[in-house]
Amino acid sequence: MRNILAIAGKELRSLFVSPIAYVVLTGFLLLGGWFFFNMLFRFSYLLTLYTGIQNAGAVQALNLNEYVIAPLLNDFTIVLVIMIPLITMRAFAEEKRSGTYELLLTSPLTVAEIVLGKLLGLLAFVAIMLGLTGIYPLILIFYGNPELGPIAAGYLGLFLMASVFVSIGLFASALTDNQIIAAVICFVVLLLLYILSWPAETAGGGIAGLLKYLSVVDHFNEMVKGVIDTRDLVYFLTLLILSLFLTHRAVEASRQAQ
Amino acid sequence: MVEVRGLTKYYGDFRAIHDVTFTAEHGEILGLLGPNGAGKTTTMRIVTGFMPATEGTVSVEGFDVVKEAREARRRIGYLPENPPLYHDMTVSSYLKFVGRIKGVAKSELDDALERVLDKCFLTDVADRIVSRLSKGYRQRVGLAGALIHNPPVLILDEPTIGLDPKQIIEIRTLIKELAGDRTVILSTHILPEVSQICSKVVIINEGTVAVEKSLKELAQGASLEEVFLRYISKESAAAAV
Repeated sequence: MRNILAIAGKELRSLFVSPIAYVVLTGFLLLGGWFFFNMLFRFSYLLTLYTGIQNAGAVQALNLNEYVIAPLLNDFTIVLVIMIPLITMRAFAEEKRSGTYELLLTSPLTVAEIVLGKLLGLLAFVAIMLGLTGIYPLILIFYGNPELGPIAAGYLGLFLMASVFVSIGLFASALTDNQIIAAVICFVVLLLLYILSWPAETAGGGIAGLLKYLSVVDHFNEMVKGVIDTRDLVYFLTLLILSLFLTHRAVEASRQAQ
Repeated sequence: MVEVRGLTKYYGDFRAIHDVTFTAEHGEILGLLGPNGAGKTTTMRIVTGFMPATEGTVSVEGFDVVKEAREARRRIGYLPENPPLYHDMTVSSYLKFVGRIKGVAKSELDDALERVLDKCFLTDVADRIVSRLSKGYRQRVGLAGALIHNPPVLILDEPTIGLDPKQIIEIRTLIKELAGDRTVILSTHILPEVSQICSKVVIINEGTVAVEKSLKELAQGASLEEVFLRYISKESAAAAV
């Protein structure tokens, strides 16, 4: 555990001693702010509209969770698909390039400790990143009364999804010593996971079910609604463990081929 | 003490080293000598456990580097050809990180840091960022990293390459000082370096050990240059037949 924390701490610090962390956090919050403003603006517009035409039923149906928070978190997932490959691409690729890979692999550490350390460090960064967006729901809680359950479940879903994305990024980075290749591999896999369910509408039958199950979007959508189902948790954990296992294999294999 | 027994390494079909065997005793500075591409780096990477050999074993202070990897690695300080530095860290935060992953206890970390800063003449630059340092300083930071857990075995891959004459002299003096109670294996293709600091010489040529002798035995009568050329040309000639 001590070793894992040492690696994790270094990983997290290395993001903050370079401008990377600040650029990523600023960018993420800038986009987040814009999305939030959009959703809120639309909500307020609909509210005025429905009140104006005295449609009590429609006004009743408007709620902050469904009209602001759920779409906001959904937009974050798209930003994560783009940002996470950029955060994870360095993880192993840069160590290989700069020669520090040799330091890590000749230290009294196991490969599992190195992989878990890197995962933990990057997840801490993602947690900071997502944590800072907590300001938007807080504003809503301050001025309105959204349900807290779906917000918490939504953020849990977002974090689980980000964890899966990070572990896929680690795997991509372990495959190569080129950061751009690592980022592209990761981005392609994340986007595929994201859009896998698109043909499901027309495919029908068992294939539709399979595609929907494999795609990350449906599992996330369940959680944003406030439903924490073990089926979705199992899905995220399976992907996480699978990618970490593959990362472990990739690092071991890279030893052979130096 | 480091015992290397019958190491063979294939990269695909290419045989980088074949049946490399030698022993470095406690208190000895062993010079691994050979032309570029002879297999020096490959040998060192296997000895440090960075990569596995296709065949053969290495034991460090009695621990097998593959089967008892953790124990063996605790006892090795390794400076690769390019010092493994994190360029955006400060010297002391880098050394502390290395100390932690090498297994130095938290309570001893500050003492260990002070000791290596002092030993490698880095105290003045402890708070500088690594990327701002000159090559000579970086080499010393790398060496300090290899020493932070006070290992009984030091493995140095071309420690003086790319340094200016003054820095070369400093590093050599440092290595000689460090040797005392340690086992040191260093690779080089600079012959005078060997005659100045090494007590034992292993000449590797085209992946095999051409000779393993103490410096005294080897240099009897002839200069090291002559001996070196004789061994590598004899081997090449034999290989060509």
